[in-house]
Amino acid sequence: MPDDQADAPIPDAAVRAFALTRKFGDLTAVDRVTLTINQGEIFGLIGPNGAGKSTLIKMLTTLLPPTSGSAAIAGYDIVTQPADVRRHIGYVPQLLSADGSLTGYENMLLSARLYGIPRRERAERITGALARMGLSEVADHLAGQYSGGMIRRLEIAQSFLHRPAVLFLDEPTVGLDPSARETVWEHVIDLRDRFHRTMIVTSHHMDEIDKFCDRIALIDRGRIAAVGTSSELKAHVGPDATLDDVFLRLVAATSETETEGNYGEIRRERRAAQEHG
Amino acid sequence: MAKSGANVGPPKSMVDRSVGEALGDYVIQTLGVAAAEVQKLYHDPFELLTRAVQPVLWLMLFGEVMARVRGVAPGDIPYLDFLAAGILAQSALFVAIFYGISAIWEHDLGVLQRYLVSPAPRSALVLGKALSAGVRALSQALIVYVLALLLGVGIDLNPLSILGVAAAIVLGSALFSTLSLIIACIVKTRERFMGIGQVLTMPIFFASNAIYPLSLMPDWLRAVSHVNPLTYEVDILRALMLTRGVSDYGFLLDFGVLLAVTAGLTAIAARMYGRMGY
Repeated sequence: MPDDQADAPIPDAAVRAFALTRKFGDLTAVDRVTLTINQGEIFGLIGPNGAGKSTLIKMLTTLLPPTSGSAAIAGYDIVTQPADVRRHIGYVPQLLSADGSLTGYENMLLSARLYGIPRRERAERITGALARMGLSEVADHLAGQYSGGMIRRLEIAQSFLHRPAVLFLDEPTVGLDPSARETVWEHVIDLRDRFHRTMIVTSHHMDEIDKFCDRIALIDRGRIAAVGTSSELKAHVGPDATLDDVFLRLVAATSETETEGNYGEIRRERRAAQEHG
Repeated sequence: MAKSGANVGPPKSMVDRSVGEALGDYVIQTLGVAAAEVQKLYHDPFELLTRAVQPVLWLMLFGEVMARVRGVAPGDIPYLDFLAAGILAQSALFVAIFYGISAIWEHDLGVLQRYLVSPAPRSALVLGKALSAGVRALSQALIVYVLALLLGVGIDLNPLSILGVAAAIVLGSALFSTLSLIIACIVKTRERFMGIGQVLTMPIFFASNAIYPLSLMPDWLRAVSHVNPLTYEVDILRALMLTRGVSDYGFLLDFGVLLAVTAGLTAIAARMYGRMGY
């Protein structure tokens, strides 16, 4: 792409990544990922464990600096303008990010203060956000007493309190029962529709991704193996193909990945799943 | 594209905000983190009660016996008085030095990632945590004061003196809790942290003027004690808490050392804390 063209701000791109790469020693966890995610999209990231999804999200959320390449969120560069990026994103990590020893309201208040929401707006914004997530009645209960689905909804409310341009949700439905999963998705879609924000979601549940995402990227061994709408991806594999078929076909060659799934991480994932469940 | 893309963006950048606005946010972010910690203590104050046991034992067992040995405390100060100020510093130190373990806990849970994706500067997060360690330590101070009064220690109840004691305790706790956070960032697991915490507390405590004056020490240990920040914290506490206390080094040097070391440690911790999200 010629440089003069890149200088023009493109307001409809929520995320632009160019040759984004992260290496851990000899291992390349994310390998030259180039990707554009449009504003207002619900964008699904799928791929086997250790494919690089979490590493990609960590880079886009400024938690981890890239080894090379670049990316911009809402026009801000993740390396040179991390503080601006953080102002414009929300992040619901796969792990438990709500503090169980604080009440729902106190958790929200902490977020409001961290994100610089003016004092006179705080109470109203928090009450409104809790009501939208169906948490008004438990606002003064400790989050540690919430069910898995309630905690996820609280976390989404916290990460969305400052109305970020892009909300990252890393496996938001892991460990939840089907009805709680459905509720989480309803809220994600509601927030997108109501505020026209961009949602980036990872999940291992292909049915959810198929049903709720506008576009999907399949990541395998750090690279984007395929990107498009669900029907585009399925058409690629064959008639009557499901998203599961797409997944299996495109990552079939790499049955066992040895990249991210170390013991500590699995232990943490399981603990998180347990706490959410 | 990569290079030029960095300069493109919606108009209102962090750079465009006024200094006042940024400073106001910084204070709110720091206090917000500290307030959350205080709310946690309010919900579950059990920890504070169990922590109170240690200073009680030091004063009532160690202190009562050592008070019979003549010539430990300098001048005409009774040993129990001399010790009370040291134990006050010690109880604050013990609260602070194990503080880093909560950062490891928060990292393992995912709470830390939530802090790190927020626009709060890393140093505001570190200072907020340090401040909350100070609040915890103040609750210990209350217990030590009450106990010392009951044991007949000559306590200076002048509000200004008490204010000075509170400032020294908050500052000292901020210093040692930030040191603790740095260690947590290095060792990363709770098991290793517990080991190192145990190894650290004893030398910091014994190589200081907390339970005996530096004048009783061999030269090498006195040299170590002179670079130990706890010595300067104790010096303030001894002068302000006791009716008969005097400062050996002067408050300017004492507070200067504590402030400088805390600022240095905060700068280091802010860099390392950000990397805990990797």
